[in-house]
Amino acid sequence: MRDLVVIGAGPAGLAAAVAAATAGLDVALVDAGRRPGGQYYRHHAAETGRLHHDWDAFVRLRGALDRLTYLPGHRVWHVEDGFTVHALTGDRDERPVRIGARALVVATGAHDRSLPFPGWDLPGVLTAGGAQALLKGDRVTAGERIVVAGTGPFLLPVATGLAGAGATIAGVFEANRPYGFARHVARHPDKAREGAGYAALLARHRIPYRTGHAVVAAHGDDRVEAVTVARLDRDWAPVRERVIACDTVAVGHGFTPQLELPLQLGCATRMDADGSLVVAVDVAQRTSVPGVYAAGETTGVGGAQLSLVEGELAGLAVAEAAGGVAPDPAGVQRLLARRRRLRAFAAAMHAAYPVRPGWMDRLRDDTLVCRCEEVTCGRLAEAAELGATGPRSAKLLSRAGMGRCQGRVCGYATAWLTTGVCGRIPGPEDLLGTARRPIAQPVRLRDLAGEPENPRDENHPINPA
Amino acid sequence: MSQFVFEGRPVPFEPGQSIGAALTAAGIRSWRTTRFGGRPRGLYCGIGVCFDCLVTVNDRPSLRACMVEAREGDTVEGGDRDA
Amino acid sequence: MVIVGGGVVGAACAYYAARAGLTVTVVERGAVAGGTTGAGEGNLLVSDKEPGPELDLAVLSSARWAELAAEDGLGAAVEYEPKGGLVVAETEEGVAGLAGLAVEQRAAGVDAVEVPAAELTGYEPHLAPDLAGGMFYPQDAQVQPMLAAAHLLRASGAEVRTGVTVTGMLRSGDRVTGVRTDRGDLAAGAVVNAAGTWGGEVAALAGVTVPILPRRGFILVTEPLPPLIRHKVYAAEYVANVASDDEGLESSAVVEGTPAGTILIGASRERVGFDRTLSMAALRRLARQAIRLFPALGDVAAIRAYCGFRPYCPDHLPVIGPDPRAEGLLHACGHEGAGIGLAAATGHLLAQSLTGAPPDLDLHPFRPDRFPEHP
Repeated sequence: MRDLVVIGAGPAGLAAAVAAATAGLDVALVDAGRRPGGQYYRHHAAETGRLHHDWDAFVRLRGALDRLTYLPGHRVWHVEDGFTVHALTGDRDERPVRIGARALVVATGAHDRSLPFPGWDLPGVLTAGGAQALLKGDRVTAGERIVVAGTGPFLLPVATGLAGAGATIAGVFEANRPYGFARHVARHPDKAREGAGYAALLARHRIPYRTGHAVVAAHGDDRVEAVTVARLDRDWAPVRERVIACDTVAVGHGFTPQLELPLQLGCATRMDADGSLVVAVDVAQRTSVPGVYAAGETTGVGGAQLSLVEGELAGLAVAEAAGGVAPDPAGVQRLLARRRRLRAFAAAMHAAYPVRPGWMDRLRDDTLVCRCEEVTCGRLAEAAELGATGPRSAKLLSRAGMGRCQGRVCGYATAWLTTGVCGRIPGPEDLLGTARRPIAQPVRLRDLAGEPENPRDENHPINPA
Repeated sequence: MSQFVFEGRPVPFEPGQSIGAALTAAGIRSWRTTRFGGRPRGLYCGIGVCFDCLVTVNDRPSLRACMVEAREGDTVEGGDRDA
Repeated sequence: MVIVGGGVVGAACAYYAARAGLTVTVVERGAVAGGTTGAGEGNLLVSDKEPGPELDLAVLSSARWAELAAEDGLGAAVEYEPKGGLVVAETEEGVAGLAGLAVEQRAAGVDAVEVPAAELTGYEPHLAPDLAGGMFYPQDAQVQPMLAAAHLLRASGAEVRTGVTVTGMLRSGDRVTGVRTDRGDLAAGAVVNAAGTWGGEVAALAGVTVPILPRRGFILVTEPLPPLIRHKVYAAEYVANVASDDEGLESSAVVEGTPAGTILIGASRERVGFDRTLSMAALRRLARQAIRLFPALGDVAAIRAYCGFRPYCPDHLPVIGPDPRAEGLLHACGHEGAGIGLAAATGHLLAQSLTGAPPDLDLHPFRPDRFPEHP
């Protein structure tokens, strides 16, 4: 039984685990990735930090991993109250593992939020995060002539990173017109520096950057060969269209926090400013379930710097609750002030880069919404005619969200499309209906059957073979 | 440079690369088809979320190509069990 | 008339009542098929019922479902599959037990075909090789329960009001004359309580007691596979060794494929109120029992699990028919784990009762006032 198990080794999880371990707790850090860092600090084995901001912060945390038990390549599929973390390890010859914990920090991060459009299922259309992961983790550019589109500041590092690695960026198409955002950036010297850096790189690589534009369709037979780019009005309705040739499209519309584990535990949630469901936490990053803390994107998408702060606060809070070292009050005050500032920045970012309902105008009856079960927009409309009133009932009547990804990719879109026909917009209950996943990762029946009778036995691993 | 075999042809990879990354670097953009529409699929989310990039590695089906590190001599086929 | 509940039972009641000429409004507080119907497997089984009123109801319902499926487009829309059920036994005693049960079931109109051990793999090629024998039930069938409810409702032509909660009954003296909802009053010549697991609460609004309690069940869903399992397959006896800490949990795996390619593995039974927390003990049992029947499933991944709450009465029979304690109120609820299968006959019988037609089956065993008032 560990004092603390931290799930997720991105900025928040690393900071939490290191803070708690430094305060004297017996900590295990469990992560699905092969190397620490999560999506933000995703890196190649020989990385020097060239592609990363705040690399020094990461190196410092990575250097402290010897104070705790770091378990890479562990995919957590369920967490039982009490707490027992059920994971699978091994990327091909998988093996079940269980870890007991007195406290948990959930730092499972987020994935790209997808909005469907005609042709988005063609090979060569990737999420912006997917293109970034290929570049940072594997040093592979997703294509040769790439269109980057969607909304949010994240499009900038993706486009400039790919250009720096030799790809031609046919254009960056930002759907919003975030003119007012610059004054928020100006208040944060590090963000201003980062922004100026991207502007310089866009200029150096001669990358066209267009606000108020979007990719509204992708074309090709077996792979993407071109996209239709439209100028958008305020509500994102297309005004004027043109076709651009490309072999790759990287699209991102913000992020969706990964909430399956806190939802398994019964943690209370709320809807954040960006329309995502997030875990509700108090000043010490405590969730509504005693002993369960959350930090980073799971509590509201806000970027790596905020995640580092929240993680550290969570780790310190767990250590204090466990009777360890009381944290330095001045240090905590500094962290709280920084968290306040960064959360305000995140709120400004969400206000400047919203998703506008006009994205739904791009869809045709035959446009896929659920990629796994190949459910089209038209079939969702049929489900509504049959009596569906939101994403959960539409899932039962159309199979949207019932496939392998369990609605991770289509959940947001399905929530909007299925509530829209009922003349409303998604509320927290609708998003919950797409976010509950009692089995968070595929688990072989043999491994399920091999679960020991008494779940409280610490027996690690379950199958020594 | 190391290699694995994808549907009969050698695919080079750098140590530490995922199978999905190596296929992409080799210009291979899709390696399975969907079970209803027969549509081609490859990498989409790149981080283990979407399950579009499934491969069979050394007869072990339904693995996410973006999450499995390539190993010398692997035999990789596209698709999952239902293909 | 007003039907309270848009699950499969309410939908079947609406369908048969409308066909009998009644004007029907269905009031559902959530979405169509959003309760226990949406958590079911869609079993239309005669094989698992012992002789008695429930088997008689199941046999009647099996015939009604077959008629429904033959109607224009309805069978395909609800994914009706008359695939048959195969019950297998591990031991000779189990085989003998199956044979004994089959004799009695045949007397009630059930087809049951003995399958010697050597012929089992002819029915199911992937079955474990060491089973002692089985019984094949050609009448067992399957529908996709949510689509079944939705399409029956659509075919009924009833007005369906989702997101509307019944908060009380309208009365004229002792007579129930409609329902009060959070969106206004609805007058009706008759009110049907088809609220499933929540039927006791609706009955209470009319001042009568119908003792329905939730019985939780989990279902495991595998990754999609090529067709592997042809029938509904389940074990005649408990397969797994029962551990002491699992007291209160019962399960026997029912394994079946679906048109979508996934395999459904149900179903556990627990009386734990409305607790949705995943039970590792229940999943472990289901996985073990499924692998015992089909060893190849060991390498197959479960990708989802869900739970639902069966509406059960103390005597495990549903409540069907007019309530003599509250004129104008009828019940069609409490079908436990068999609601999809029994829905067609329930709707048919209720429509007969409403129109004064002679019932195809004696409703006496299902009468709402059969329970002691103060248990």
